[in-house]
Amino acid sequence: MKDFFRVAWLVVRKDLMVEARSLEVVSTTLFFALTVVLVFAFGLVREGRPVDDVAAAILWIATAFSGTLALGRTFERERQADTLRALMLAPADRPAIYAGKLAGMLLLMGLVELVLVPLVGLLFQAPIFAYPWHLAALLVAGTTGFAAVGTLFAAMLVRARSCDVMLPILLYPITVPVMIAGVRGTAALFQGTPDEELARFWIALLLFFDVVFVTLALWTFEPVMTE
Amino acid sequence: MIADFERLTVTNLSRHYGRRKALARVSFTCDAGDIVGLLGPNGAGKSTLLAILGTLLAPSEGTVHYGAVTAEKGGAGLRARIGMLGHDLFLYPELTALENLVFFGRMYGLTDAPARAAGALERAGLGERGHDFVSGYSRGMRQRVALERALLHRPRLLLLDEPFTGLDQASAAALVARLREEQARGVLIILATHDLDVVDGLLTRELFLRNGRVMDVSAGDGPLRDRYRSAIMAS
Repeated sequence: MKDFFRVAWLVVRKDLMVEARSLEVVSTTLFFALTVVLVFAFGLVREGRPVDDVAAAILWIATAFSGTLALGRTFERERQADTLRALMLAPADRPAIYAGKLAGMLLLMGLVELVLVPLVGLLFQAPIFAYPWHLAALLVAGTTGFAAVGTLFAAMLVRARSCDVMLPILLYPITVPVMIAGVRGTAALFQGTPDEELARFWIALLLFFDVVFVTLALWTFEPVMTE
Repeated sequence: MIADFERLTVTNLSRHYGRRKALARVSFTCDAGDIVGLLGPNGAGKSTLLAILGTLLAPSEGTVHYGAVTAEKGGAGLRARIGMLGHDLFLYPELTALENLVFFGRMYGLTDAPARAAGALERAGLGERGHDFVSGYSRGMRQRVALERALLHRPRLLLLDEPFTGLDQASAAALVARLREEQARGVLIILATHDLDVVDGLLTRELFLRNGRVMDVSAGDGPLRDRYRSAIMAS
């Protein structure tokens, strides 16, 4: 188990080192996410008043779309010199490589959400500080479920020519339950009278999805990548 | 960690991609100290065979035994004994040569990865450029770093896909000398190449592949290029 985390950490650290030098994925993902939120703000905010109950949906749409962009790019680096093969050849638990890539994705998406959440709060007058820990739990759990499936599919499609087209087609139908739970849970916190109980329910459901998706991804990563 | 194996046994190995057969019933054995050349035209199945031997690809049929162990049973311990240089070199262009070697050394669990990486760069003649990004290297320099990456963990089985690509005459000669050193150490080397003149005299045996099949030809004594021509043309 110690070796599993060591390898996962090596992969995360390498990805962070590369990203810190290029800022390629962070900048494009962040720019895209901000653009999505701003476009919605122009359409849905009139005279300083947003349409009711849209903030949660916009937050998750921006997260999902920008996350998809990041997922496609994060494995592009492994494709360029076929380094994914070198990683698979290393005498490490192959699922640890997946875990490392997933952790890197979560850090990246977390960084984007740190900017997105205040922006959505500001533009759509969402009460983001009413239940900050519940909101954080929803975002962490929802992002984990989304990225768990996305990282697996991105790895599977790394050598496919139409990776950028195929990734959302495969990813969105499977992550729809995660998106619904994330939107409903966040909406429960953002509504006029926040419903803490309902938010807790959606958090629990998201955690269930996380366990299922992460377990399945860890289990299938090696056979899928060597077939 | 599995014990070092002395023999590689490939039995009736096939790999299909849908209806297309990339490899068809390939069988051979080779022993420690052998340098086996996989020779054949493009699309003959050389890279597919190397990928299966490197445990990166599962065969559709047939088995590969590394000593007494198969890829499924050997797992990570077996992969620790395999080094592979792919056609795409397996290096991160955004990292320096030293960072690449240290990263992969650590992935192989080497506790002295930085020291080994520094030594490997000296051996490749790139000691002074170890802190340069790989993206700034010429193809030949990247090829030398990639070879050191494949050898960093001192593998028992070394798989090389077009190792002479981009190397000038002196570098190619240095690579041949390096392979002879590894051969003397008991490393089992399998290389796919089109550089017949360079490897003539280096190989201890050749496998001529065409359309995924091993051509059944007598070894003969003539120059490798003549034997290659007769093997591939005769089929």
